[in-house]
Amino acid sequence: MGPIFRAVADHAVLVEFGTEISAPVHEAVVRLDRALALSPFAGIGEAIPGFVNLLVDFDPMVTDHAAVEAHLRGLLQHPAAVGGMAALREVLVCYDDDFAPDLAEVAARTGLAREAVIAAHLAGQYEVFMYGFAPGYAYLAGVPEAIRLDRKPAPLRGIAAGSVIIAGPQCLVTTMVMPTGWWIIGRSPTQVLTGDAARPFLFDVGDRVAFRRVDRAGYLAAGGM
Amino acid sequence: MASAVFRVVFAGPHVTVQDGGRVGMMRFGVTGSGPMDRKAFAIANAALGNAPGAAGIEVSLGGLTLDCVAGAVSVAVVGGGFIVEAGGRKTGSWSVVEIRAGQRLVVRRGPWGSWCYLSFAGHLRATEWLGSAATHGPSGLGGGRVMTGQEVVVEAASLRGEGAVPCPVWARPRHGVACVLGPQERFFDVETLRDFTHAPFEMTDAYDRMGVRLRGPSLVPVGALSIPSEAILRGSVQVAGDGVATVLLADHQTTGGYPKIATLVADDVDGLVQCRPKEMIRFRAISAKEAVAVARSRGARFHGYLAGLGVALHKNL
Repeated sequence: MGPIFRAVADHAVLVEFGTEISAPVHEAVVRLDRALALSPFAGIGEAIPGFVNLLVDFDPMVTDHAAVEAHLRGLLQHPAAVGGMAALREVLVCYDDDFAPDLAEVAARTGLAREAVIAAHLAGQYEVFMYGFAPGYAYLAGVPEAIRLDRKPAPLRGIAAGSVIIAGPQCLVTTMVMPTGWWIIGRSPTQVLTGDAARPFLFDVGDRVAFRRVDRAGYLAAGGM
Repeated sequence: MASAVFRVVFAGPHVTVQDGGRVGMMRFGVTGSGPMDRKAFAIANAALGNAPGAAGIEVSLGGLTLDCVAGAVSVAVVGGGFIVEAGGRKTGSWSVVEIRAGQRLVVRRGPWGSWCYLSFAGHLRATEWLGSAATHGPSGLGGGRVMTGQEVVVEAASLRGEGAVPCPVWARPRHGVACVLGPQERFFDVETLRDFTHAPFEMTDAYDRMGVRLRGPSLVPVGALSIPSEAILRGSVQVAGDGVATVLLADHQTTGGYPKIATLVADDVDGLVQCRPKEMIRFRAISAKEAVAVARSRGARFHGYLAGLGVALHKNL
């Protein structure tokens, strides 16, 4: 079954590949997003991937919903044009106690030893599903079953930038001091907001991500504070 | 050329530096920001011959008082029906005024409207973040909030004379706004959709640059109270599980998991934001095709206005 196209206001089309989060549904979102990046149409604004859909914003002075839908349908018919674009990004993480206030609680709740929680987190194969909430907040899907926990009942305020946090199947490296109800299991010196004008964000949606453990010295050497 | 320097004697809440906005980064979690009323902002810049997205200051109902401590500059004050005092002379928004060292510029809440824009004949010095001086509300990055006590510097400042800027009728608060239903209108039953498009809604004082919460009939969704997170737009009408609708605005979060009953036509978002808390608004549902037609006719009208603006100001200055 093909995706559903929904007109949004006077300036966007939502392409919906499903209603539940799954790997195949998300893969379809990423495939269309990449195809569109390679073959944009006149009047395109921006494309914003969600978990199960892609929102395509356009300039109504230049084009309209029907023309945009036709263009996107054309891209869907030629998926072969895309592929091999998923990069592997490495993110460093230090699990020292003061960086990981929730590690003991995660261990207690999962019945694992502290080191086993860390091993499970490092073993995860992560993929950037989407960004949201705040600048550079990339939702990384792929937290192993053994350490999946529901988020805490209430968020904590003032969580440091660079915190590595998990909830359910998702992991995130924070970029700003923000509240979070996720479990804080480490701190990363890797900057998701790169500060590089040419490539201001470390990941693109669809990239794969691997965590690599560093000790305090490695954390500081990589620019951690 | 010399700079004009202002000291901020008083700045109310939500007074910020804005430019054309941070475009194309929603996919990275960065919302567009930029002016709440994009038309008024563009007119302020056009009145001085600035580029449409040149950085300026957005003034909220809290108001702004600036003392010019050095130099001299023409300032366009456009948007809403604000009261303006320029060097002791009383006027209103929709004017270009000259301010010299020793003079005070006051912009404060007037009979109508919620947002007013200052653009300067020169270059407003402002910190950029991700290529834009627009203040990103949630983080405060970019040009940032304008704070009492700080300095505001306009580089390459010049005097261009004074004059009125015509205030078109479409710049006034718009209480009837057009929207296209969805993308999650299927989560609401027929009666709820009817309430949405037929009943009046009140703007509450839960109103800032991120959005405005509305008071009106309860719009409780049927079934799913949340959906997998997806993109939000400026103008999305999001309904939380309690049935309360919020129209998302310039500093909205980029994604969210609440269903959206409708999305406003972009031009009407600029009109809506000039309404004030306690004012009543109504939603009119139109088709996507009609929405594009609206966008095009409003776009043509706006460009026609801008084209005429140059002529009108030359006569005045």
